[in-house]
Amino acid sequence: MMVTISDLKKISDYEWEIPKGFRSDMRVPVRIFVTRDLLEQAMRDKSLEQAVNAATLPGLVGHVTVMPDMHQGYGFPIGGVAATRYPDGVISPGAIGYDINCGVRLLGSQIEAETAKPYMENLVSALNRYCPSGVGKGGALRLSEKELDVLCQEGSLWAKKKGYATEMDLRRTEEMGTLQGADPSAVSPRAKQRGRPQLGTLGAGNHFIEVDLVEEIYDKQAADVMGLTEGHLALQIHCGSRGFGHQICSDYVRRFQGAVKKYNIKLPDRELVCAPMNSPEGQDYLAAMRCAANYAFANRQLLAHWARQAFEEVLAGKVDHFYLHQIYDIAHNMGKIEEHSVEGQKMKVCVHRKGATRAFGPGYEELPAEYRKIGQPVLVPGSMGTASWVLVGTQGSMQQSFGSTCHGAGRTMSRSMAKKQIWGEDLRKELEKEGIHIRAGSMAGLAEEAPAAYKDVDAVVDTVTGAGIAKKVVRLVPLAVVKG
Amino acid sequence: MKTQTGFQEIEHTADWEIKVWAPDLISLLASAAQGMYQLSKTVLAESPRVVRDFEICFDDQESLLVDFLSELLFLGEQQGVAFDNYLFEFQDKVIKVRVWGAPIDHQAKEIKAVTYHGMKILEKEENLEVNIVFDV
Repeated sequence: MMVTISDLKKISDYEWEIPKGFRSDMRVPVRIFVTRDLLEQAMRDKSLEQAVNAATLPGLVGHVTVMPDMHQGYGFPIGGVAATRYPDGVISPGAIGYDINCGVRLLGSQIEAETAKPYMENLVSALNRYCPSGVGKGGALRLSEKELDVLCQEGSLWAKKKGYATEMDLRRTEEMGTLQGADPSAVSPRAKQRGRPQLGTLGAGNHFIEVDLVEEIYDKQAADVMGLTEGHLALQIHCGSRGFGHQICSDYVRRFQGAVKKYNIKLPDRELVCAPMNSPEGQDYLAAMRCAANYAFANRQLLAHWARQAFEEVLAGKVDHFYLHQIYDIAHNMGKIEEHSVEGQKMKVCVHRKGATRAFGPGYEELPAEYRKIGQPVLVPGSMGTASWVLVGTQGSMQQSFGSTCHGAGRTMSRSMAKKQIWGEDLRKELEKEGIHIRAGSMAGLAEEAPAAYKDVDAVVDTVTGAGIAKKVVRLVPLAVVKG
Repeated sequence: MKTQTGFQEIEHTADWEIKVWAPDLISLLASAAQGMYQLSKTVLAESPRVVRDFEICFDDQESLLVDFLSELLFLGEQQGVAFDNYLFEFQDKVIKVRVWGAPIDHQAKEIKAVTYHGMKILEKEENLEVNIVFDV
């Protein structure tokens, strides 16, 4: 059943709703944070149809939320948030995604961009050398099975014990980089086989490491607390749990094909398969997903460590302070047990975020002490060659979107269309003309990630801030990009 | 004119989707594998030729398709091999699969996973047809 604009109820300039009555199998309405323009763009693909499908999951509370960077995914739309009642509601691996804990880390610096600009070509080469990327690339580390099991349980803490992380790195990471309740016995030998050689690698696709300039400050108090200064360099790392997470998701999507029959759950799409959280299947998936989440936290931590080494190699002696300090690290594909207020009642729920970022407002004890006054940093990378944003969560995000907001620009053009319209080599030259240094594993891959294939990240950010589910802090613009 | 067996790419905003058709299930599996390799621009080396054997538990046709393609992705990632010939032997609930191929000479794109999204093997004009969405 296609969703048309006449099926939607306008709540405000930034908010629309697909009522529960739109389709008989919907358990809750769908709330869409979007402007009319972005809504019209989103209606070109199946993202809203997928959101309606997501609204059929058993145990949902409140509404399924969709962010303005939405686009069609598989099963669940990218940009989707769904909360299920704990512990008898369901958990759905497809509503979290194959790249479990795909996320973004932002590091700040005291390096003035003007001073560093002459070394940018060397810097992007060093980042490319230190941080393995691209199709099929393994990492510098080879973990034993036993050590992988420890890493699955400890995440960033494992990296700290090995000398790859500082106390501040951990403090400024969602969940301190360690999700409790991870159990490696719930992970298949095949996932472990895939995970062992890939730790400390960026991977391919839309993953990247980007050197940015802090271009404009919108909230000086918050920027000061984070340590972001106008005119200085910052670094973003976007990647996830690699083949380890992909295999865990595949394993459980496969296993849950049987679980939905066992628990008599009827769904409109087999990719949405799920199991009650308090069932053995649900418990196993939660334990395995947390292993992948911890793997991803450690993965970004290692890449941050090597990025620091690259900065030191190129900039030591040339700038006063070459160190990169942690601003925050946040997941945008994850299932988390959190407490939220639903229709005035506090309850524990499992928040599925797929292509959506946690955005807790000020005052929450889950945030590091220094961020409790300003709210949780939200990292919103734009498409390659365009701006990125640092936002903070608000009381509005807690009240309206289960403490969530957008995660990026969001694709608007298919990969095949992007490759037809854009030549990777032309794009590289164009970006370099704009002063952006590029290293890419493949030119075709570069073309697929062209800015024209994405929505305008500024319009996405204006929407979430207009809706009150985030607040602007800093706008970043790219100087150098390493693409997987 | 549409050939009896084949595949074509379908527009998908973020991931990859192909439509695959063939006169029977075995040809559909082989055609889906070729479609997947073409999407990731996987090029086989001329030699040495390699052979691999594996088994799949049969639950339903769609799961068989997902399991078969997932196994090929796994072999590609772990052993750097891809295939161009396939033999399936159905034994009650277990399918024995033998695949022939060669080391991967070049691969432009990484496929993360084979999804079940919207997957339904349908009979159309004496052919079987299915859409497959890959997470990339």
